[in-house]
Amino acid sequence: MADEILCVRDVTKHFPLTRGVVFQHEIGQVKAVDGVSFELRKGETLGLVGESGCGKSTLARLLMGVERPTSGSVHFEDRDVSSLSKAELRRLRRRMQLVMQDPYTSLNPRMTVGDIVGEPFAIHGDPEGGRRTRVRELLEIVGLEPDHVNRYPHQFSGGQRQRIGIARALALRPDVIICDEPVSALDVSVQAQVMNLLADLQREFGLSYVFIAHDLAVVRHISDRVAVMYLGKIVEIGDEEQIYDHPTHPYTQALLAAVPVPDPTKRTGQIVLEGDVPSPTDPPSGCRFRTRCWKAEEICAAEEPALKVRTGRSAHPSACHFAAESGRS
Amino acid sequence: MSESTEVAATAQTGAVVSGASASLWSDAWRELYRRVTFWVAVVILLFMGLLATVPSLFTSLGPNGRCDVRQAKLRPASWNPFGGGPHPFGTDTHGCDYWAQMVHGTRAPIIVGFLVTGIALALAIGLGSLSGYYGRLLDTVLSRITDIFFGLPLLLGAVVILTAFPSHGVLTESFVLGLLWWPTMTRLMRGQVLSIRDADYVQAARMLGARDTRIMVRHILPNAVAPVFVYAMLNVGVVIGYEATLDYLGVGLQYPTVSWGLQLSQAQEIFTDYPYLLIYPAVFLTATVLSFLLLGDAVRDALDPKLR
Amino acid sequence: MSPLLEVEDLHVEFRSRGSAVNAVNGLSYTLHEGETLAILGESGSGKSVSAQAVMGILDTPPAYVTKGSVRYRGTELLGLPERRRRAYRGANIAMIFQDALSALNPVHRVGDQIAEMLIVHRKMSRRDARARAVELMDRVRIPSAASRINDFPHQFSGGMRQRVMIAMALALEPDVLIADEPTTALDVTVQAQIMKLLSDLQDEMAMGLILITHDLGVVADVADRIALMYAGRVVEEADVEDLYARPAHPYAEGLLASVPRIDVRGRELTPIKGAPPNLAAIPSGCPFHPRCPRARDRCSREVPGLRLLRAGEGSPDRSGARSGALSPESHRSACHYAEEVSGGR
Repeated sequence: MADEILCVRDVTKHFPLTRGVVFQHEIGQVKAVDGVSFELRKGETLGLVGESGCGKSTLARLLMGVERPTSGSVHFEDRDVSSLSKAELRRLRRRMQLVMQDPYTSLNPRMTVGDIVGEPFAIHGDPEGGRRTRVRELLEIVGLEPDHVNRYPHQFSGGQRQRIGIARALALRPDVIICDEPVSALDVSVQAQVMNLLADLQREFGLSYVFIAHDLAVVRHISDRVAVMYLGKIVEIGDEEQIYDHPTHPYTQALLAAVPVPDPTKRTGQIVLEGDVPSPTDPPSGCRFRTRCWKAEEICAAEEPALKVRTGRSAHPSACHFAAESGRS
Repeated sequence: MSESTEVAATAQTGAVVSGASASLWSDAWRELYRRVTFWVAVVILLFMGLLATVPSLFTSLGPNGRCDVRQAKLRPASWNPFGGGPHPFGTDTHGCDYWAQMVHGTRAPIIVGFLVTGIALALAIGLGSLSGYYGRLLDTVLSRITDIFFGLPLLLGAVVILTAFPSHGVLTESFVLGLLWWPTMTRLMRGQVLSIRDADYVQAARMLGARDTRIMVRHILPNAVAPVFVYAMLNVGVVIGYEATLDYLGVGLQYPTVSWGLQLSQAQEIFTDYPYLLIYPAVFLTATVLSFLLLGDAVRDALDPKLR
Repeated sequence: MSPLLEVEDLHVEFRSRGSAVNAVNGLSYTLHEGETLAILGESGSGKSVSAQAVMGILDTPPAYVTKGSVRYRGTELLGLPERRRRAYRGANIAMIFQDALSALNPVHRVGDQIAEMLIVHRKMSRRDARARAVELMDRVRIPSAASRINDFPHQFSGGMRQRVMIAMALALEPDVLIADEPTTALDVTVQAQIMKLLSDLQDEMAMGLILITHDLGVVADVADRIALMYAGRVVEEADVEDLYARPAHPYAEGLLASVPRIDVRGRELTPIKGAPPNLAAIPSGCPFHPRCPRARDRCSREVPGLRLLRAGEGSPDRSGARSGALSPESHRSACHYAEEVSGGR
């Protein structure tokens, strides 16, 4: 247990759906995150994958303490993030940082790069050796020209801007970085640069990452462990090899089968999943995936499958009554 | 579609990316530099500014100086067949030199224009940012108040309030107009703050642990005020128009103050016989108001990369 | 017989404030009946702009076609008066976009939007057109099409909206369908559905499909031929299997080395250094040379033309297998040292 830096226990986040301006009344709830548990170990990368609406971005906000969970807890080391005061939360920011998706909107267009990367010091106090020196150092670490401190964000390409965002996140020497789709807005040729940079930084500074993405190939490449989310729940979690080579949940299997491989000799051809993701306002009873699942039986509608280790060759937790390694027969 | 705009955007910023540092403002300046209307407006406004600040450069007479009722309603020199008279613009109904009155009539409207805009801008930036940033009760209350002001016809409101005031100086008039003016700008400012409040870079600052004041001062205000300033610039012209209207209606500035609006009001009964009494102040007024509008327009276009 | 669609030496320029940017710089390709041609490129490569030029829907200004030729079954389309050009649009060449929500009119029912095409172009009665609209929605596998015909676009999910747009594009039975990033905004499982639908429809209707994308996986999955664009020109053109097995341009080679693969564990990614070029300042010589690990002096001076690979040079196939299926006789590359690249030296 000692090496767990972040521990999420049964977290839920329900957003009320309201109608009316002056007299608001609740007409329903969006169950964005609904009973999620996992832990992040020191120095590892945990990948969170899922399609849009699965709750992965809300989860990121819960981890950062921006949203308070409806129930459950998020522990950073031994402190409960959701019960921290504003001042305590501000101190926590030194230890946990965020890299955002869109390098074009996440940097203030009217601040110089030096001011952007130096902002953490303006907030939390200057580092040893002075702010300017440290900012130049940070720019160098992320592979940018230190002399560009006086330039503005619009003078950089998308990949370079993402590096600026990473430098800002690194400034306070955090232990954990939450990466929310950090490469999905970038061109393929630049994506790899940023992924390699993240991997290098992890090795150098012993960082732990929560890596949120919808691109399964990217997640496989960077993650040690992977959690697959569907409609606010984790349906399967395990190390990268278990999830990608021995998936046991039908959703994971379908998701993997749907990803086209950049190799024309390995055409997927066969379509696995029909239909769309149901609305998180009114998720299906029992197993949430049953409406699209080819294995679904009566029990799936009646009883919600727990995320637990099931029998099989690769013993990792899977939330399916019929968890099995073979795909569709 | 998105790629074509992207390419177009690259075309715009291309030179910037490869070249030395340049910002939104220097880009805007390059755009302004090439516009004729901008320069015309600037020249007119500089001239009006000089009239307002150092009237002695243009006339040796003071306001209402050396008026002689016996010399009243002298037509401008050019209209005078004998020519070469001492009053190039003629004299008004009190026998004051009309050129000197035009020169001295500049200061009051321009002061009111800037003062009202200044009052409104200060209120707008303060209230608008608080209301946009914190939302909730403050925002609801403020929004309802601005709604009420929007329901009130501005000119009528000003006439009613000014009639109730005992004094009618520049300050009073500015105060009353400013009181009625702030809601429009506040609403604009609030909208700006509201859209920037949820921007990714504001979120990022919050994640870094930045306090509200820092987020406001470093992130929201610099990005929110540009369109409000442009609007304010347009606004100075509009206020000057209103000021003249109030003077004309007799509820604004009053003798011995000199202003274009008062001169217009003087001319109202007799302008069919003495059209120059109407034409000169009207031209000065229109040129000033239009110049502010053109200037604001040009700056707005230059600052909006999408319009280029 | 002339091929379905021929694009030759197409140039598109964006003009603004006295400066011009070349978004497309001499693009050429040929599309045959029943063929899927993928145009692969990163942002700013000119792939979407070139498709808009072919469709005749460029925003002019700022974009102008300055040179080149677009022939549909031998008929030159560029320079046709707008009225005659419009007759080809939709009826012969149709296009679908990435963002189906903004491509559909939010205030009209989807059935009416599809029917409108038929009423205008085919002079059908409203009744017949609506009946045909249901058939089309059925064909793109929208469940219970007859009852959904009166829904508005916002009532459909992203994937279903894309299907509506496909139904609209197919209403006039075009021979050429240009799909501009049709699945980029969609989730993978929905992407798979749409790509499957597109390739099924293509088979049924014997259409030529031009698939514009940045996704190497999608291309490998569905395309027959591929044209790889960089800085407004095609740098490599080949049968898909050829290009993936034996890339003959360093850019193609770099892309393949930098994309993470879901089927391979712990593969080192070798990124391409630098960033895609700024179109206002395209490098001299080969536009890729500043990022190219194989660049030599010559590359910064001479612009390499797109040319066929010389046969017999280079090694058979990197993967060792399937070399029999490869057809180097139609493999073109715009690299001075193409044979060396494809040989893997």
